Amino acid sequence: MGGLQKKKFERGSATNYITRNRARKKLQLSLPDFRRLCILKGIYPHEPKHKKKVNKGSTAPRTFYLLKDIRFLLHEPIVGKFREYKIFVRKLKKAYGKTEWSAVERLRENKPTYKLDHIIKERYPTFIDALRDIDDALCMCFLFSTFARTGKCHVQTIQLCRRLTVEWMNYVIASRSLRKVFLSIKGIYYQAEVMGQLITWVVPYQFSHDHPVDVDYRVMATFTELYTTLLGFVSFRLYSSLNLVYPPKLDSNGESEPKEESEDDYAMNSESYLEKLSALSASLARVVSSADEEEAQLDQFPSEGEDMEKMEAREKELKQQEAQKKLFEGLKFYLNREVPRESLAFVIRCFGGQVSWDKSVCIGSTYDVTDETITHQIIDRPSVGKQYINRYYIQPQWLYDCVNAKILLPVEDYFLGVTLPPHLSPFVEEKEGDYVPPEKLKMMALQRGEKPGNEQEEDEEEEEEEGEQEEEEEQEEDDNGDEEDDEEEVAEEKNLKKMEEQRSQGKSLHVKVTPGKLKVENKARLEQEEKAEEKRLAIMMMKKKEKYLYDKIMFGKKRKVREVRTLPLR
Amino acid sequence: MERALQQIFNFNRKPADEDKDDDLSDSEDSVYSGLEDSGSDSEEEEGSDDDEEEGSDDNDDKMKEKKEGEVSEEKKKHEYEHDSSDEEDIRNTVGNIPMEWYKDFPHIGYNLDGKKIYKPIRNKDELDDFLDKMENPEYWRTVHDKQTGSDVVLSDDQVELVNRLQRGQFGDVNFNECEPMVEFFSSDVMIHPVTNRPADKRSFIPSLTEKEKVSKLVHAIKMGWIKPRRVEDDGRGRYYNLWASEDSSILARHKMHLPAPKIPLPGHHESYNPPPEYLFTDEERALWEQQDPADRKLPFVPRKYSSLRQVPAFSQFIHERFERCLDLYLCPRQRKMRVNVNPEDLIPQLPKPKDLQPFPTTRSLVYRGHSGLVRSISVSPSGQWLASGSDDGSVRFWEVCSSRCMKTVQVGGAVKSVAWNPNPSVCLLAVALDSVVLILSPSLADKQVILSSERLLSAQQEGEEPAEGNGSVVWSEAEGEELNQGLRLKIQHPKAVHQVVWHAKGDYLASVMPDNTSHLQVYIHQLSRRRSQNPFSRNKGLVQCISFHPIRPYFFVATQRSIRIYNLVKQEMTKKLQTNSKWISSMAVHPGGDHVICGSYDCKLSWFDLDLSTKPYKMLRHHKKAVRGVAYHRLYPLFASASDDGSVIVCHGTVYNDLLQNPLIVPVKVLRGHVMTHDLGVLDVTFHPTQPWVFSSGADATICLFT
Repeated sequence: MGGLQKKKFERGSATNYITRNRARKKLQLSLPDFRRLCILKGIYPHEPKHKKKVNKGSTAPRTFYLLKDIRFLLHEPIVGKFREYKIFVRKLKKAYGKTEWSAVERLRENKPTYKLDHIIKERYPTFIDALRDIDDALCMCFLFSTFARTGKCHVQTIQLCRRLTVEWMNYVIASRSLRKVFLSIKGIYYQAEVMGQLITWVVPYQFSHDHPVDVDYRVMATFTELYTTLLGFVSFRLYSSLNLVYPPKLDSNGESEPKEESEDDYAMNSESYLEKLSALSASLARVVSSADEEEAQLDQFPSEGEDMEKMEAREKELKQQEAQKKLFEGLKFYLNREVPRESLAFVIRCFGGQVSWDKSVCIGSTYDVTDETITHQIIDRPSVGKQYINRYYIQPQWLYDCVNAKILLPVEDYFLGVTLPPHLSPFVEEKEGDYVPPEKLKMMALQRGEKPGNEQEEDEEEEEEEGEQEEEEEQEEDDNGDEEDDEEEVAEEKNLKKMEEQRSQGKSLHVKVTPGKLKVENKARLEQEEKAEEKRLAIMMMKKKEKYLYDKIMFGKKRKVREVRTLPLR
Repeated sequence: MERALQQIFNFNRKPADEDKDDDLSDSEDSVYSGLEDSGSDSEEEEGSDDDEEEGSDDNDDKMKEKKEGEVSEEKKKHEYEHDSSDEEDIRNTVGNIPMEWYKDFPHIGYNLDGKKIYKPIRNKDELDDFLDKMENPEYWRTVHDKQTGSDVVLSDDQVELVNRLQRGQFGDVNFNECEPMVEFFSSDVMIHPVTNRPADKRSFIPSLTEKEKVSKLVHAIKMGWIKPRRVEDDGRGRYYNLWASEDSSILARHKMHLPAPKIPLPGHHESYNPPPEYLFTDEERALWEQQDPADRKLPFVPRKYSSLRQVPAFSQFIHERFERCLDLYLCPRQRKMRVNVNPEDLIPQLPKPKDLQPFPTTRSLVYRGHSGLVRSISVSPSGQWLASGSDDGSVRFWEVCSSRCMKTVQVGGAVKSVAWNPNPSVCLLAVALDSVVLILSPSLADKQVILSSERLLSAQQEGEEPAEGNGSVVWSEAEGEELNQGLRLKIQHPKAVHQVVWHAKGDYLASVMPDNTSHLQVYIHQLSRRRSQNPFSRNKGLVQCISFHPIRPYFFVATQRSIRIYNLVKQEMTKKLQTNSKWISSMAVHPGGDHVICGSYDCKLSWFDLDLSTKPYKMLRHHKKAVRGVAYHRLYPLFASASDDGSVIVCHGTVYNDLLQNPLIVPVKVLRGHVMTHDLGVLDVTFHPTQPWVFSSGADATICLFT
């Protein structure tokens, strides 16, 4: 007796969550508007820990949002803009219906627009937060910038995306922050290290897209809206961090150039200027002239608890990175017309090389095929008519492999018409026990500075690996060990039995003394066996739950080992 | 069509008619002119024709203009008077009807005065027509007027007109069709207005409606309904340093924020030119195609292209981006603590078996001789002899150390259970087969012991008659040959006996007759008094096995799923142990009496601490198949379990005197030595009473000793 009866689902986790429909009703938004809002504000559903409790006892599949998130959306100014837009559309329709063209014009002029600046600031309170989340933005912008100007999205969006991606690439070139490149069947993956953050993006190959029908472009467009804003602000900040002019201007070769020409440059219309920028062949203008900029030698302060070894390793890594940044310095490349120009120009310029192409391919070529100082000509066709004797004709994969290997690889494997060595992903970091493709081992050997001729060491490594595998096998065999022993015993017994029988039958035994065999007791092995048995017995005593977990882990491990073993056999 | 042609002819005929008017009757003319007076739409032309006749041909053009003016005025007068084409030619008033209707009449209509118009008296027939055609040179220009029934000869002018019209020319010869157009309204501003009307008043005073409209707009602007034209600003492409002031005010939301996981980086599989081992084999390819897209290990098929220029566009690129977008805003997120468990840490830390010695480790002796599976074994309290009962109907006695079969007793039935009397001062063996419990005196001891055991058996005989109160159990002496074999007593039970056990003192023994339907499942026999009694009056389930408490007067009964402990003195149940297993197979009581182990057919071995709980203190699931037998060692902290998987697992089980410390259970050895036959492995297990040795009997008709 006494006290009010507690009602169910009026406290606790049930009140912390709200279903999507209820959230939508609370915000008084249509589903598309709600979707836009969620995308822009970065609101996503949460999976409650106890779904049944939150769902008020029902187990129906529902998506839940945090109530706090929805409350937070209530005060969003964008929501008001959405409503305004709805009204605008209604008025416009009405005006059209009444054929009041002046009203239509007036309404169109006052079309409500909104800005996303405050949302960006709110979602990413610090610049590093924004950088961390920029992967998706880059992928999306690179994709949109390759769209044809069909009706899939606004032309302005495509242009903006193109502009932002060109700005980004120019920044990466200027800061020399590209680290890895990977040619996949999907597109080209790039990884750059910007302010300590690893940023990976993928660029599709330059083909026209066949637009799938089951993709909602409105969702993509909303994301792009957000991402272009984010990428613009990030670019601005990055450019200013490098003392570059934003929006980027091409460096006009110092003061020597006559003023008029630069005037002319400025007069150039924006599109062709963008094209020139996107050629990626010229360096960018700086706010402060770059001559007096010097890399300050950073002192290394070992933090406490960090031993010398680690520090040395870090120093070595830094050195390697510096070397990688100057990988193509002093080399002069010429791109044939059949290779992907933009990607190659980007990669070459990121590592300090000089690059040019045929004038008819793109604006911005700096020298001709006939230039005698060209060291490498990138070519992707089976044969070429006229060859210059003082340059290498190589296939484009060489460049990418060099970048990933961080050294200039021997060019022989990449000559014209030669079957290319496999292209490996630089993103895979093999742990112990993983399968390492032989090509990677070769590359690692090259990195260590060994000649490709002596392959003995590799073999040794492989042998080592095999040895490990054998050990594993042995362990597995241990299980069968006891049985084998038993078998031996059985055999001995049989022998004895036979002798007994013979004796009982009264036959004289063929007494024959054979020298006994010395049974070599392998101490190490015995110890190992003992250990293995101990382990097995201990496993017996495991609790049910732990046993299950243990079995699962071991299953995964064994599968991995099996895969590693079967892969090279193919 | 025909009608139109007729019209033309009518039209053509008119001037002819006029020409003829003079020749023919005056009346007609007058009729015609009168008609013109009355005025008609169609008379325009006729009028013009008249004019033409009147005026000269030279000033035709001017005349026409003038005429038009007149006509238009005339038209205005008579515009709506009539609109009938019937009255074109009203010499005959019948109207525009097929003239066949008057075929049978002498007349063909009526004139304006209502007089009949008669047909010409002489009708022309075909012959006349033909003659006319041949003779009359005017025939080709003669037209038959159906309405008047008379023939009309066309004049030259009329013929000319017809010809012109047939050629598609204007009827009037003098009409110039290529005359330059005179524009009435031209681009030139004339000095005179088109109309000479004075301006309206409303063009001098301000408009009210306009004023209303303007005031509406002004009001709307004042109220802010109409906004002034917005300044065009391209805010979308304008960026600034957004993070200029990095305030560290982190919203509460950011604490709850779960950043979306990044897209996993591509592996070697995804390369355009992967190492050959990463490409799919045919089977893998087939498997990939069969699998549901959600189950696939890779979302794409690895491919190899020999050069970069051959790489095509990836068709799923937009799809993948879209999926990612959907994941970002639709996928519910949850923070999951991923425990990175080292599997070695999961293995419990147990004392090393090496430190827990002694325990049996190797098979040292095998006792062969039985031809059927050995169901039960028992070791004499001295530890010198081993008795075994087998399905081949024999009980064998073995010397433990030499594995020699000392004695074989044929009992004539599959032996279910053998039990050696635990009292060291007597040497007796209880054997259960079919529905009999036999007491054997194997005389495998020194004389003293044999004598004392004989005395125990015969003591009762001398004393008093066997109490036959319990009619279902019959005690009888063995006779003749059986006596020689060592058989002493037969205790006949009503049903098949499965197990027989001794009390620690050696005077009482209990037997089990599993039967689900009756309460007569357990009997306790007193050997010295040859008395049997059924301790339970109610059936509590199928009894599997029983055991006496080694020290105190307790009695353990294992039914299918639980173990009941009865106090024999107070005659009541003291405890009921829940085993959590499906079907108990065997049970053993610790020599201290406070712990029980129990094996079950569902591969479990449960250890009960009677002081702790009625639930198992520990469940061991180390056997792969049904557990058949369990046993405690009398002295050493060891216990063993035998299973159908052919193994005997020996565990160390220390029991502490300190009540607060739980028993320590460590498996120390897995013993294998029996061959699986008929899916049966080891059937019974028992320890040596003094040595850390364990015996096991198997379905392969052997008994093994592990030391």
